[in-house]
Amino acid sequence: MIVAERKTIEEIKQYILPYKNILLTGCGACVTVCFSGGEKEVGILASQLRLLCKKENREINIIEQTVKRQCEKEFTMELENNLKKVDAVICLACGAGSQFIAKYFPTKPVFPGVNTKFLGGTDEPGLWMENCLLCGDCILDKTGGICPIARCSKSLLNGPCGGSQNGKCEIDKDIDCAWQLIYDRMKLLGREQELETIQPIKDWSKSRDGGPRKIVREDLKL
Amino acid sequence: MKSNSNLEKLLETGKFVVTGELGPPKSADGETVRKKAQILKGFIDAVNITDNQTAIVRMSSIAAAVIVQEVGIEPVIQVVTRDRNRIAIQSDILGAAALGLKNVLCLTGDHQKFGNHPQSKNVFDIDGIQLIQMLKNMRDEKKFQCGEEIRNGKKEPIVEPKLFLGAAENPFADPLDFRVVRLAKKVSAGADFIQTQPVFDFERFEKWMDMVREKGLHKMTSILAGVMPVKSVKALQYMKNNVPGMSIPDELINRLEKATDPKEERIKICVETIEKLKKTEGIRGVHIMAIEWEEIVPEIVKRAGLIH
Amino acid sequence: MNQLGMENKNSDLEIIAFCCQYCAYAAADLAGSMKIQYPPEIKIVRIPCTGKIDELYLLKAFESGADGVMVAGCEEGNCHFLEGNIRAKKKVGYTQGLLSEIGIEKERLEMFNLSASQGKKFAQIANEFTERIKKLGEGVK
Repeated sequence: MIVAERKTIEEIKQYILPYKNILLTGCGACVTVCFSGGEKEVGILASQLRLLCKKENREINIIEQTVKRQCEKEFTMELENNLKKVDAVICLACGAGSQFIAKYFPTKPVFPGVNTKFLGGTDEPGLWMENCLLCGDCILDKTGGICPIARCSKSLLNGPCGGSQNGKCEIDKDIDCAWQLIYDRMKLLGREQELETIQPIKDWSKSRDGGPRKIVREDLKL
Repeated sequence: MKSNSNLEKLLETGKFVVTGELGPPKSADGETVRKKAQILKGFIDAVNITDNQTAIVRMSSIAAAVIVQEVGIEPVIQVVTRDRNRIAIQSDILGAAALGLKNVLCLTGDHQKFGNHPQSKNVFDIDGIQLIQMLKNMRDEKKFQCGEEIRNGKKEPIVEPKLFLGAAENPFADPLDFRVVRLAKKVSAGADFIQTQPVFDFERFEKWMDMVREKGLHKMTSILAGVMPVKSVKALQYMKNNVPGMSIPDELINRLEKATDPKEERIKICVETIEKLKKTEGIRGVHIMAIEWEEIVPEIVKRAGLIH
Repeated sequence: MNQLGMENKNSDLEIIAFCCQYCAYAAADLAGSMKIQYPPEIKIVRIPCTGKIDELYLLKAFESGADGVMVAGCEEGNCHFLEGNIRAKKKVGYTQGLLSEIGIEKERLEMFNLSASQGKKFAQIANEFTERIKKLGEGVK
């Protein structure tokens, strides 16, 4: 899922300075699961902003609304009624969700309340780690299910660099060396010989390097 | 002959070669490069010119190499994949070849986090092994990575870069058994010569050499073992604790701390290592990395009996 | 003057005390039956376990006008629901951060641990916390 992290109060405060009526939107999908933008987090931020404004003797009126997911027009439109009552929106959904609001309600200023950080999973409660870089050309079959593009700091495709030590990455001892993990896993699967083949140069045009991507399914268009 | 470079010719004759290293300045001062080159002239067979080592911005390898060439030493340019994509690398190589440069060391490169511009976007369009393959194809297939011939037009001649390709290997990094596989991949990708990280831990180095010899890799490529005369015990300690991929035994540090003449001891250790390497099967030469201490290279070369 | 020698002045301050049913609430009850006074500023909210505490409840308490918030639970290692009080401790810590972020003193929120038989301790905690909030003054209104 997409993992995001709430922006600092300082940044958010700057966004709402000129406004009195705000809609604070949450998303019921990814940001709920990573505890950064779901219904509860909307409640917490709203509470913090109200207390802050009280403290600074500023008038603020915050409406809270969380939809199932913000990146789908059907659900984004559910915000319409409340949007009519406000001057600006702070959106706690990921970058995709925030952009949907801006797209369908272009006259309302939309501010991102979170920094969308990476694609990953909940490794354990309270721990989320990046494991996919959306390269558009998945090679997990070749690396025992561990992605070197996302998990190797240099996105190497042919084994570890000279800085791999004790299974850790040279740039941070808390980061596992992806290639150590891949090697161990392939050994477990009895396939370590496959790592002796030279992986050819990657076609990055399938990734974001080739420009913003899209997928069209004619059979699904109404 | 792949490139006709001096290094290649000497290795063909079976000579125990000596290469050195020169770090270009963090400024536009070409004179520093000239001075360093003058110190090394006559004592080494070729000199590596680093490429923004540890991701710190320095004068480019190719530019500094041209200056070194003018002084009269043969350079080995270094190319890292951290900062340039395949377009820039191939372009640089065409330029380097046009300027008479022949030896190229292909590296992945230290992550930019280590350098003075940690906020930069990293490239890593290709990795070190793919780089060797790409340059080998430029030389042998006479084609760019995209498949086009290296010629300026259908009616113009093919003028491919004639390169002698090298790669680096670290016998001391993990995982140990995979290191030899990675070396084999570099050799199969086209590495004509290999330079290793400095040897301080001879025992561990021998273990790696055993595996290398077992696979016959020492016959498929020319392995030059790295040696490093350190400037101080502190520097050695720093490397032990902070530089990834270094194996420095405690006994070595103890020996230096107890020495009555530390400078002499440090040179002695370096010379002793070279002596051991001369006798090691599969080692075709040494690569002396005298970082910020180029002045000591002549003395080490003389005392290790490497002067030709 | 009450039995603990504290002044029984009634101020306009409001302190919410989330007390777990098994230990803190029982202790508060015991203090009552032993006629050990604790400040009238303290308003007790009984919860099944401090583990039920959510950052949102704590912030809402302040939003509703509380000047101070206490979370009182079983002693560590003796939680009726095993680790509820450990979870609560973490959430209270996190919420203290949320308060600091908006310039509200984190000392206005704290977690305490005690056992059901400690009626006297409950009153003592309640008195000391109330004094602290009095010193900090009125919260955000």
